[in-house]
Amino acid sequence: MAAATTHPTPGEARSAGTRPRGGARGVLGRMADKYLLIVYSALAVIYLLLPVFVIILFSFNNPPGRSNFLWSGFTLKYWLNPLGVAGLGDAVLLSLEIALISTIISTILGTLVAIALERYRFRGRAGVNALVFLPMATPEIIMGASLLTLFVAIGAAPFFPLNFATILIAHVMFNISYVVVTVRARLAGFPRHLEEAAADLYANEWETFRRVTFPLILPGVVAGALLAFSLSIDDFVITNFSAGKTQTFPMFIYAKAKIGIPVQVNVIGTSIFLIAVGAVLVTTLASRRSNKR
Amino acid sequence: MGTLLKRHRWIAPVALLAPGVLWLLVFYLYPALQMFQSSFWSGTLETGFTFSWDNYTNYTKALTSYAPMYARSIMYAGAATVLTFLIAYPLAYTIAFRGGRFKNLLLFLVVAPFFTSFLLRTISWTILLSDDSPILRVIHMFPGVPPEFRLLATPIAVISGITYAFLPFMTLPVYVAVEKIDFRLVEAARDLYAGPWRPGGAIVGFIVGGGLATVLGVAFEWDFLITGLVGGVTGAAIGWFFISESFVRVTFPLSVPGVFAGSLLTFIPAIGDYVNAELLGNPDTTMIGNVIQNKFLTQNDYPAASALSFMLMAGVLVVVAVYARILGTEELSASAGRM
Repeated sequence: MAAATTHPTPGEARSAGTRPRGGARGVLGRMADKYLLIVYSALAVIYLLLPVFVIILFSFNNPPGRSNFLWSGFTLKYWLNPLGVAGLGDAVLLSLEIALISTIISTILGTLVAIALERYRFRGRAGVNALVFLPMATPEIIMGASLLTLFVAIGAAPFFPLNFATILIAHVMFNISYVVVTVRARLAGFPRHLEEAAADLYANEWETFRRVTFPLILPGVVAGALLAFSLSIDDFVITNFSAGKTQTFPMFIYAKAKIGIPVQVNVIGTSIFLIAVGAVLVTTLASRRSNKR
Repeated sequence: MGTLLKRHRWIAPVALLAPGVLWLLVFYLYPALQMFQSSFWSGTLETGFTFSWDNYTNYTKALTSYAPMYARSIMYAGAATVLTFLIAYPLAYTIAFRGGRFKNLLLFLVVAPFFTSFLLRTISWTILLSDDSPILRVIHMFPGVPPEFRLLATPIAVISGITYAFLPFMTLPVYVAVEKIDFRLVEAARDLYAGPWRPGGAIVGFIVGGGLATVLGVAFEWDFLITGLVGGVTGAAIGWFFISESFVRVTFPLSVPGVFAGSLLTFIPAIGDYVNAELLGNPDTTMIGNVIQNKFLTQNDYPAASALSFMLMAGVLVVVAVYARILGTEELSASAGRM
C-alpha cells in the first residue's frame, strides 16, 4: 500500500509516459503479458464450464441400462418425456413451491432489514450487521445440523417430525442475508434528494416510499429475489437436515446418485440452467435500457 | 401515524428490523445454542434425551475417534483454497485488465455454473474422472503412467471437486479488488523504472511455489519433498521470467483484501463439505462433514453429532472472528452481493 501512495500524480505519469520503457521487461515477460495469461484464463473458463457441458450433453444420452454414466448415442426421447420417472415430478414441484414461498418471505424480510440498516443509526446496529453477516460465513452443514437439534429438542408438531414447514423455515433463514446485502448495495448509491423533493411536494412518508423509494430500489429487490430463488432451488445440504421424508429435487438427485441418475434429471437440470440464463439476460437488458433512459 | 413516528424515532427502525432479525435470532442463533446443549445429551431418539454436564465425554469420545477426519478436512479445504487461488488470481486479473468489452460476458461465464445444480456438477465430475473417461484415456497414453492409475475415488478427485465447487467464490472477490485498482498507478511504477523482478522474483517464487506445492503434496498423499521441489522450481521460473516489480509493489498489495475475502469464502464452506468426499472419494477420504451427516441422519446419534459439529463451528467462528477483526466484513458482503 505504502509503495502505491508514493508514486507521482497521474499528470506526471502521463508526461513521462512518452519515454520508451518496454526494454526492461524482457521478451518472455512481454509474451506472458500477451498470450500466457489469456491462454491460462481461457483454460480456467473451460474448466468452469466443462461440467455444465457434460450435464447438457448427457441429457441427450441414450444409455442401455439405468445409469447415465457413459456416452452411448444421441436421443431426444427424455426431452419429450421429462417427468417420466416415479417421484421426479413431485420433487421438482416441491422444490419450486419451497423456492417460491421462501423467496417471497425472505425478500420482504431482507428488504426491510436492508432499509433499516442503510437509513437509520440506532443502538445495536453493529450487532444486527454481525447477525446478517454470520449465516453467509457459516458452513451449511452447521446451520442444517443446529436447526435439526432445535427441531428435535422441541420434538412436537409443527417442527417434528420434519416436514414442508421446517424446510421453509431453513430456506428463509439462509436466504435473508443474501437479500439484505443485495438490496443494501442498491440503497448505498441512492439519490436521497429525490425523497426530499417528494417531501417538499407534500408527500407523506408512505407516499414517498411507494412512489419514489421503492421504484428506485426495485432492481436491487429483484436481484435479491432471483438470488434467493436460485439458492433455494439448488440447496441440498441444509434441506437434507430439515426435510425428513419429504424429498426436494436436489434430494432426489442425491438419493439416485449411487444407483444411477435417470436421464430426465439432466433434462430438468438443463432446463433450469436455460431458464436462469434467460432470466439473467432479460434483467440485464432491462436494467441497461432503464439506465439509458 | 406521521406524528407518532416523529415523536418516537426508534419505532421505524425497530419495526423494519423486527421480523427479519427475529427470524435469524430464532432460527440461526438460537439453534447454535441448542446444539451446544444437545452436545451434553445422552440417550436415543426412542428413549428421549437427558442433559448432564457429565456428558462432556461426548467431546472426548468425538476427538479420540474422529481427530483424523478433522485434520483431513483442514488439509483438503486448505489445499482447495491454494488451488482456487492459483486458478482464480490470473483469471480475475485477466478479466479486470484485459477483459475489455468482454468483461461482463467473462464474469457471466464465471458464475454460469451456479445456474445448474451443484449436485449435478459434482456428478459430472464422476463422469469426467471415471476410469473409462476420455481424460483418463489421454493420461494413460503418456509413457510411465502405471496402468492402475485412476482419479475417481482418490484424494485428487475430492480436492479437485471442492476446488471446482468454490472457484467462483475466490474469483469474484479477487476480481472486485483488482478491478478497483487504478491502472495509472501501474503505469507510474513502470515510468519509475519498475522492470522485471529477476533475482527477487526467483527467490520469492521458489519459497511461495515450494510452500504451496508442499501443502498440496501432503493433501494429495504424494511425496511432498518432490512435490515441493517441483513447485519451488516452477515458482522460481515464473518469478524470474514473468513477475514484474510493478506487480509486486503495486497490483498485488492492492488486491490482497480480495484474496483474503476469497480465501475465507472458499475455506469455510469447503471445510464443512461432505458431498464431494461422498461422491468423488473413497472410505479413506472421509471428511468431518461425512461423519456429522452420517451420525445425524443415518444413526440418529444426536449427542455425538452435536459435539462434533459444535467443535467444527467453534473452529470456524475463531477463523471468522480473527478475519473480521483484522479486515472487517465489507469486502465479503460486497462480493456476496455480486453473486
